[in-house]
Amino acid sequence: MNQIPHYPQISISLTINGTLHELKVEPWVTLLDLLRERLLLTGTKKGCDQGQCGACTVLVDGKRVNSCLALAVSRDGAEITTIEGLAQNGELHPLQVAFIGRDAFQCGYCTPGQICSAAGLLAEGHTRSRAEIREHMSGNLCRCGAYTNIADAVEDVLMPRIAAKEAAE
Amino acid sequence: MNRFEYIRPATVADAIAALNEPAARALAGGTNLVDLMKYDVAQPSRLVDINRLPLKSIEITSGGALRIGALVTNTDLAWHQDVREKWPILSSAILAGASPQLRNAATAGGNLMQRTRCYYFYDPSTACNKRQPGSGCSAIGGVNRIHAILGASDSCIAVHPSDMCVAMVALDASVEVEGPEGKRSIPMSGFHRLPGGEPERDNTLKVGELITSIIIPEPHFGAHHTYLKIRDRLSYAFALISVAAALRVDEGVIQDARIALGGVAHKPWRDFDAEKSLKGERVGTQGFTQVADFILRDAKGQGDNDFKIELARRAIVRALEQAAAGTPQDQADKSIH
Repeated sequence: MNQIPHYPQISISLTINGTLHELKVEPWVTLLDLLRERLLLTGTKKGCDQGQCGACTVLVDGKRVNSCLALAVSRDGAEITTIEGLAQNGELHPLQVAFIGRDAFQCGYCTPGQICSAAGLLAEGHTRSRAEIREHMSGNLCRCGAYTNIADAVEDVLMPRIAAKEAAE
Repeated sequence: MNRFEYIRPATVADAIAALNEPAARALAGGTNLVDLMKYDVAQPSRLVDINRLPLKSIEITSGGALRIGALVTNTDLAWHQDVREKWPILSSAILAGASPQLRNAATAGGNLMQRTRCYYFYDPSTACNKRQPGSGCSAIGGVNRIHAILGASDSCIAVHPSDMCVAMVALDASVEVEGPEGKRSIPMSGFHRLPGGEPERDNTLKVGELITSIIIPEPHFGAHHTYLKIRDRLSYAFALISVAAALRVDEGVIQDARIALGGVAHKPWRDFDAEKSLKGERVGTQGFTQVADFILRDAKGQGDNDFKIELARRAIVRALEQAAAGTPQDQADKSIH
């Protein structure tokens, strides 16, 4: 009988929503599966699992990425923010408020990825118009087709920030 | 996904040593490799995680060229102030591709190494000479709407999917690599290859070689450039046809022309004879139509993709008109002027 090769688990540390986690993982575990299956942070959704739908979007060191295409071992040492980490001190994130206000969802499955993606968009500072909102949110699919309201919600949060920044300059 | 050994080297030398076996693969952003591993299209015996290597800087060399570390993300490259000002066609091409999430993870070196999105290549239940040499090509005589119109072979009609590489080819980039036999520089136009009888080889890298950086001389096209990408939906889709076009114009006369096409062949397509034929010509649609016809003189459809020949012709003309007018295609407002 052939001996099954032994692949050692690898020790990594990740700061997830402000909490440090020391973990041992097999190298083929994606960040998405680690979040959902090991840490039970099921807010981050698995849609296509192929980087095409954006439902798994999280912030890694402040930047939005598809967690389904990130091997957890390769993100050793990173700071991860998921949808569970956006609210602060019991207060919803402004994007969460805007999504509720604009009814920017139907089934809600893409919503955590949409909101994390929009949080990344705000931090990037490259988006200034409706056309750019649509383009820069294009990595997040909504099969219910709530795009108009999603773009409205992002616009609600983005535009006052741009105006405030311009007023300060 | 298959089981594999995972190594995270701290130096380029250690990475090259770890990569020196045929089934070892370098892992950077993982946006294509991890995807291919999930489909069992890629089954590496060893992943060499190169993300800790010091290849993340963007520099301007003493000669004014742009040196891009292999691990610079697509996002950092596209939005870099110097790149936006002096290499705008590169920035534009990158922003025409993928999504912000993918661009945040994907790297410059990884973009060069990404593989075709031919549906048969991605489906291990079908024959594919690129995935399994000698098994046949399911796309020839199959569904081939997205496939090659130039440079294809009887073995493979896949296209290279990159936008970034099309701009790099147009800008005379070169790829710096390091391997067991030392360092060498590969002109970008010779980095990717046509399929011939060996479609399993996307490029001219040798086993154990690692891309360390990409160098692009400073172009002198001013606003006379564009990256025009035509696809089935407005955002987040691979090119059916894309054109990187740049002109140096002096009083209405073309001094230098660059035309590179994406979505048409197994490599970004550049025709040096076509570019030469524009030199000394006055800018104008008639000359642009002639050069488009010349570039496509050997174009061949596969059935479903026959429309791409006429689409390519019109896209080349429109891109040259945009470049001549100094009105580059906007990648957020998709209307084509």
